[in-house]
Amino acid sequence: MTIAVTAPRKIKMSVIGPIVALVVLIIMGALMNPNFLSAGNISNVLSRSAFIGIIAVGMTFVITAGGLDLSVGSMAAFIAGLMILVMNTALPVMGIGIPIVLLGMAVALAAGLFAGMLNGVLITRLGMDAFIVTLGSMGIYRSLVTWLADGGTLSLDFSLRTFYQPVYYGGILGVSWPIIVFALVVIGGELLMRSTPFGRHCAAIGSNDQVARYSSVRVARVRMLTYVMLGILVGIATIMYVPRLGSASSATGLLWELEAIAAVIVGGTALKGGFGRVWGTVIGVLILTLIGNILNLTDLVSPYLNGAIQGAIIILAVVLQRGRKPGQ
Amino acid sequence: MKRLISALAISTALVTPALAQDTQVIGVSIPAATHGWAGGMNYFAQSAIDRLEETYPQLDFVLATAADPSRQVNDIEDMLATRNISALVVLPFESEPLTGPVQAVADAGVWVTVVDRGLSVEGIEDLYVAGDNPGFGRVSGEYMASQMPDGGDIVVLRGIPTTIDNERVAGFEEAIEGSGINVLGMEHGNWNRDTSFEVMQDFLSRHPQIDAVWASDDDMAIGVLAAIEAAGRDDVQFVLGGAGMKEMVQRVMDGDEMIPANVTYPPSMIATAIEVTALGVVSQTPVSGEFIIGSVLVTQDNAEEFYYPDSPF
Repeated sequence: MTIAVTAPRKIKMSVIGPIVALVVLIIMGALMNPNFLSAGNISNVLSRSAFIGIIAVGMTFVITAGGLDLSVGSMAAFIAGLMILVMNTALPVMGIGIPIVLLGMAVALAAGLFAGMLNGVLITRLGMDAFIVTLGSMGIYRSLVTWLADGGTLSLDFSLRTFYQPVYYGGILGVSWPIIVFALVVIGGELLMRSTPFGRHCAAIGSNDQVARYSSVRVARVRMLTYVMLGILVGIATIMYVPRLGSASSATGLLWELEAIAAVIVGGTALKGGFGRVWGTVIGVLILTLIGNILNLTDLVSPYLNGAIQGAIIILAVVLQRGRKPGQ
Repeated sequence: MKRLISALAISTALVTPALAQDTQVIGVSIPAATHGWAGGMNYFAQSAIDRLEETYPQLDFVLATAADPSRQVNDIEDMLATRNISALVVLPFESEPLTGPVQAVADAGVWVTVVDRGLSVEGIEDLYVAGDNPGFGRVSGEYMASQMPDGGDIVVLRGIPTTIDNERVAGFEEAIEGSGINVLGMEHGNWNRDTSFEVMQDFLSRHPQIDAVWASDDDMAIGVLAAIEAAGRDDVQFVLGGAGMKEMVQRVMDGDEMIPANVTYPPSMIATAIEVTALGVVSQTPVSGEFIIGSVLVTQDNAEEFYYPDSPF
């Protein structure tokens, strides 16, 4: 928050822009439906934000370093499918218990790490464009999960799902696990972005990778790490996602990549790189989730127009950051 | 793609010079297995073809699955140009873009069977095989009305905004008219488990008393059930899905109180289309016209007939 105090006025507006949008949304929601601020609804909204949120924190680093990753949604679907297959296969041998859940988690993390590394290698070592590489891997993972599921749906064994379910539905002191994990990831991401050389290197590379290279920043390595980190975070998001419905299909994680990118940009990170803000991303994610929640809780507009409202609020939240007062 | 290659491999093996004169080729063009229902449809298409190739050695099939309308157009053009098909069974990805190419196939004197989604010009196809969307809604609505003789409050999850969804909902609304059933809200769950889970969570936050849910699709019903279970609510008496997914038919069969019934919209209609077309090609049996497959109510009594354990759907 120190930036808000010391930085020039222009940045100030960009700092409060997304917060204003979020506060306005919360007030609107509270006025329209008394249940909006109920503990149950708040918990629902935060838990469902967690998947996109965890991924969006990783995306913040990738975009800050001047990259992009379109593959995260289908990567999540593929990892979920793989995790379910491995756990179902291991079930007769390992039985239901903590070891098999840990095995599933390890598979998700390893697959995420590997998938992120693959994107990173193609982008940094072969010098290919991030957009094209990840567009390609997006198609590959989406097809792979369809193929794994034979066009249908992969479902976790019912009793295993019941055992694993508390990872999504359970929690500590009424705060559910996805919210806790999301919070930890955000705190870690914020510290990494603010107070470590890695965060500064990301911003340096995003604003000018040539200059960063001359300043002895290991550009390829830092970029590579952003993709690996994003891959691992996709794995973590999947670990939280699978126990919710215990299934994966080709419709899993559809358009998550765009939601994550939108959240990052709404939160004030520059799409062309050079500046990133992890806490802003969190606000972006909450704005996007709240719009859907409020539209479901009210009858204000025809459901056909939900997409239009979402689009308008995304544009509005970004306009607020331009540092101009309305009417100017 | 895997299936396309294997289908091609089988057909190349069969079209040896000696056989080629007598062999008639039937082209089958369908959308790829991008969601559960389409996955089931692919499975039934493949198994119908396997069975027919065994029954009629003089028939040869080309199966192509397309991921988008323009690829489907390419598939159909290739079939006509290089495989000399005598009949085409097509489930159009979208009506508009496929109308012209299918018309060209019909103009070339090839038998055309259109499945499920009609073309935008009438009279092109020789045979039309389809499910009954207004009927799907009507059967669902009649069931809800019969289960709630004193009326009650329900919420409805709709599919992706399309004609199919509109026809179903219109049929449903007509059927529950005057039954005392009050629809508290309708939102689009997009035939998607995750979206429906979230929509249902919000319905539960918003309405303190919901007597029943018309989820209108089995994928959506799964999301709805998870949301109800997580909220720990016991006011919802039952959830009616639809389409006949095997896991849900299983639950109907087992007498699950939350899932007392299902309404079919069978992906196996592609098999009906292929079988009837093949019958028309190999024999003099007249098969032109329309074949509308009704949506049937599945309850515990007849669930076994609708349970296909090998299908992915």
